[in-house]
Amino acid sequence: MAKPIKKEQRQVETTGHSWDGIEEYNNPLPRWWVWVFYATIVWGIGYSIAYPAWPLVKGATPGLLGASTRADVEKEIAAVDAANAAIKEKLIAADLNAIGADPELAAYAERAGAAVFRTNCAQCHGSGAAGVEGKGYPNLLDDDWLWGGTMEDIHLTITHGIRNTTDPDARYSQMPAFGTDGILDETQIAQVAEHVLAISGQDHDAAMAAEGATIFAENCAACHMEDGSGDRTQGAPRLNDAIWLYGGSREKIIETVTKARFGVMPNWNQRLSEDEIRAVAFYVHGRGGGE
Amino acid sequence: MWDYLKLTGLGLVAVCAAIAANYAHDLAYQVNAVTVMLAAALAFLWVLRTAGDPKPNLQHEYFDSVVRAGAIATAFWGAVGFLVGVVIALQLAFPQLNFEFLQGYGNFGRLRPLHTSAVIFAFGGNALIMSSFYIVQRTSAARLFGGSLGWFVFWGWQLVIVLAATGYVLGATQGREYAEPVWYVDILITVVWVAFLITFMGTLFKRKEPHIYVANWFLLSMILTVAMLHLVNNAAVPVSIFGSAQVQLYAGVQDAMVQWWYGHNAVGFFLTAGFLGMMYYFVPKQAERPVFSYKLSIIHFWALIFLYIWAGPHHLHYTALPDWASTLGMVFSVILWMPSWGGMINGLMTLSGAWDKLRTDPIIRMMVVSVGFYGMSTFEGPMMSIKAVNSLSHYTDWTIGHVHSGALGWNGMITFGVLYYLVPRLWNRERLYSLKLVSWHFWLATIGIVLYASSMWVSGIMEGLMWREVDANGFLVNAFADTVAAKFPMYVVRAAGGGLFLTGALIMCWNLWMTVRAQPARVTQNSAVPAE
Repeated sequence: MAKPIKKEQRQVETTGHSWDGIEEYNNPLPRWWVWVFYATIVWGIGYSIAYPAWPLVKGATPGLLGASTRADVEKEIAAVDAANAAIKEKLIAADLNAIGADPELAAYAERAGAAVFRTNCAQCHGSGAAGVEGKGYPNLLDDDWLWGGTMEDIHLTITHGIRNTTDPDARYSQMPAFGTDGILDETQIAQVAEHVLAISGQDHDAAMAAEGATIFAENCAACHMEDGSGDRTQGAPRLNDAIWLYGGSREKIIETVTKARFGVMPNWNQRLSEDEIRAVAFYVHGRGGGE
Repeated sequence: MWDYLKLTGLGLVAVCAAIAANYAHDLAYQVNAVTVMLAAALAFLWVLRTAGDPKPNLQHEYFDSVVRAGAIATAFWGAVGFLVGVVIALQLAFPQLNFEFLQGYGNFGRLRPLHTSAVIFAFGGNALIMSSFYIVQRTSAARLFGGSLGWFVFWGWQLVIVLAATGYVLGATQGREYAEPVWYVDILITVVWVAFLITFMGTLFKRKEPHIYVANWFLLSMILTVAMLHLVNNAAVPVSIFGSAQVQLYAGVQDAMVQWWYGHNAVGFFLTAGFLGMMYYFVPKQAERPVFSYKLSIIHFWALIFLYIWAGPHHLHYTALPDWASTLGMVFSVILWMPSWGGMINGLMTLSGAWDKLRTDPIIRMMVVSVGFYGMSTFEGPMMSIKAVNSLSHYTDWTIGHVHSGALGWNGMITFGVLYYLVPRLWNRERLYSLKLVSWHFWLATIGIVLYASSMWVSGIMEGLMWREVDANGFLVNAFADTVAAKFPMYVVRAAGGGLFLTGALIMCWNLWMTVRAQPARVTQNSAVPAE
């Protein structure tokens, strides 16, 4: 049998039942509790009269205040659009290279471009626009441009994208997979890799590099140029510098030559408006590497 | 005869599971089918070996062996769930912990539902089943109804946990928060839950007390409502009976509304009503005081269960949900404030006249802090349901902090208190191994929760403010990645808080283990005698 629970000497009685030794006092409801409860109910009734609340057969009660969250959002967006309408038109009409000359326009394009960049570009190019080294996401802060770094070039790249299947005007080029497709054998790839190491000023095997130079001239120079300086008209990266999109180590170069790379960028003309594209082109151009 | 029926049934289940494993379309389904086959085979062997054994008449004794098993399972799954929580907190702070070799199995996305299900349904579920079996027997002065059905509930629930957990890691999920288990696990949950209802209701029907104690109202409302929520929210059509994929019955915003009607009431009935049932029994027992007010318990019970069920839409403010549903969700949430606090008042005021126990009894301290966190979360909840507040707090870490002050503070602490209360009694030990260790657990857990909740408040409010910050032309100032970078220190603090909480729980496991192993036994009476 359970031990009965001690009771203090007090006025309130228990209900008289006991379960496993537990009794219950017959205390009244705390007054403050009741009043706050009533107050929330009264407020609730009032609020549901003022705001859309009670479902009917068709629709719901609109509420006395006529509040609507969707209308609020539309109003706010419309207000911002109206405030920016004039300067947007100015941005679209402006010569791309003249944007920077107009302080008001430049300030707007910088802010708008930054917002577009953070929302749409930062996922690949990083929120600071430094790209991801070795992963194929180009750094936009330097002066090494795959497809050109003028305002017009950047604008075109953003508008149509690179190697995508959604825009026929996308910038397009394709490096052959020299190993996978059997164009070069492993020795030849190793030799050409030594040559690439040589022209980029890294440690290399001179004998192999000499062999590689011939292979390079026959297979690679058409796009990457005789001296490895690359070709912006077809997005062929410069190889005789220290900047690498997919890594510049011996292993990475061999991997790239063997399997090739195929970096893709979406065409933004379907997702961004012309003024947004111009703004973000201006923003990217202004990060330090613009030409 | 009954044994033969059981053997036939278990044999059939084992064979069907073997066939299902053979035809499985996906790995998760296959692993789950093999698990079911093994479980059925083990049960088959056990029934076979014990078939025909004389069954002693135990009707005059409480059915406590299943409660003991439940106490062990609660402590075990608690430790597992907290550990996974600390791991994913660290994965958020240090993303490189999502190791390459773990991709598709142990990355954050796979482990997060594992953590939530482990703490809510494995730790919380076992705590609820175990303590409701204990409470309903004591307060009805009757042995648990249904013979060994209690064991079926216990083992069935463990099987549900194992199937769900292995399924998540291998990619079987419905993608519905807190209802991730796939269709066949949902069916098993239904069967186990109905068995739970039968044992509970059956015990109430054969009670020797004239009235039903308040704790049992809460527990019964939990069992009934969770059954309804589970059935409605998991309505789906399997793509194949040999695969884990399914198609949900509802679509679009209706689907979202059903999901959050479920999600919110899983909190309301599983984690609130059920745990209030625990509170109503164990707080007066540990405090050795009568419950403060019978009237309050009636009023707040009915108000709570009537109001809670409508509050779900506040999870979908400012979405495709129509404004009217949003308003109603908010209004009902705010009115819910006082009915929720009724439980807190009854819990705290039960201690009036016994406040000195707070100094001497760390278990009662745990229960009081738990009720305190309950009161804080049930104030914070209605506040966050207000649209203006929600427009800042929604999708931020504030929500995570809110959930954890409820889950760690209220559900966790009350369960720890209950385990400390129950283990010496269930194993007939004179006392706990060490009250000092309980004190350590109390402080580690409390500091852990405070670190967790406050870091998430800071992080959440900062995140919300950064998201909505716009410049003079209406452009967003911050990238999403900027908010992630800004939250880093708070994520480290959160992981540290979780680590303290986990450490406390491990100390508890050790303390309970030593209580059973090393404490002297005491002579007690286990008979079902009504109190006078």
